[in-house]
Amino acid sequence: MTIGIGHYLSVAAILFTLGIFGIFLNRKNVIIILMSIELILLAVNINLVAFSSHMGDIVGQIYALLVLTVAAAEAAIGLAILVVYFRNRGSIAVEDINLMKG
Amino acid sequence: MIVAALFFYLFAGLCVASAFMVIAARNPVHSVLYLILTFVNAAGLFVMLGAEFLAMILIVVYVGAVAVLFLFVVMMLDVDFAELKQGVLQYLPIGMLIGGIFLAELLLVVGSWVIGPGIPQAIAAKIPANISNTEAIGLVLYTRYAYFFEAAGVILLVAMIGAIVLTLRHKERVKRQDIPTQVMRDPKLAIQILKVRSGQGLGSNT
Repeated sequence: MTIGIGHYLSVAAILFTLGIFGIFLNRKNVIIILMSIELILLAVNINLVAFSSHMGDIVGQIYALLVLTVAAAEAAIGLAILVVYFRNRGSIAVEDINLMKG
Repeated sequence: MIVAALFFYLFAGLCVASAFMVIAARNPVHSVLYLILTFVNAAGLFVMLGAEFLAMILIVVYVGAVAVLFLFVVMMLDVDFAELKQGVLQYLPIGMLIGGIFLAELLLVVGSWVIGPGIPQAIAAKIPANISNTEAIGLVLYTRYAYFFEAAGVILLVAMIGAIVLTLRHKERVKRQDIPTQVMRDPKLAIQILKVRSGQGLGSNT
C-alpha cells in the first residue's frame, strides 16, 4: 500500500493521454484545445516533481517552475490571439482558420 | 502510511476524473471549472511529494490567473458552442486509437524503468533536510539558476506586451486627453481679444 514514484508517473501518464485525447476530441473548439495543452503541461510538471522528490534533487522543481511560467505565457498569448480572431471573424472554429492555406 | 495512500488515491482519482470532464463537458464554462478542480488536486499531489512551494504557486498562478483568464474569455466570446460540439464522434475512433497506444506505451515505460547506476551521483542540488522547501528552492533558483529565472521574467514580459499589442484597439471618435497639447497651450492660443463695434457685431473678425 505504499505510494511510490510509479503511482505518480501513472497519474501523469493518464493526464497526458487525456490532454492528447482532448485535442483529438474537440477539433473545432480552440478554447478546449488550449485547456488540453494546459493538462499536458501539468502532466509534465507532475513528472518533474515526482522525479525531483524521488531522487532528492531540487532542480526538478526549478524546472517545473520554469514550465509553469511558459505555460502561463502561452495561455495569455493564445487567448489574446483567440480574442483578436473572434473580433475579426466572429467565430472561433478551427476549420475557419485556413486563410494562409498552409 | 494508510492515510497517505488514501489521500493519494483521493487526489489522483479526482484529478483524472476532472481532467476527463474538462474534455468531455458540453459547456466550456464547466470545462474551465473542472480544469480548476484538476489543478487544485494536482496541487494536493505536489504537497504529498514534498513540493509545497510549487503546490501553492500552482494554485496562485493557475487557479488565480490562467483559469480565471480562460473563464473570462469563454464568457466574453459570444460563441454558439453547441455548433462547435458537432462532429465530435467523427474524431472519436482515431483519438481513442492514438490515445490508447500512447497510454499503453507510457504505462509500459512506467512499469519497467530502472534508474541508471551513475544517476544518483549526478544529482545537481540535493534537497537539504533541515530547511523548508521554499528556502531550498530560493537558495538554488537565485544563485545557480539566476539566468533561467531572468529568462522566465523576460518570457513573461514578452507575453504581457504581446497580449497588450494584440488586443489593444484604439477606437475612432473617442475623445481622449492629449497631454502635450494641453501643456503647450498658452494665453495667446486660448484667448482672443476682439473689439466689438456697435451695429456690426463680430462679423468676419472671428
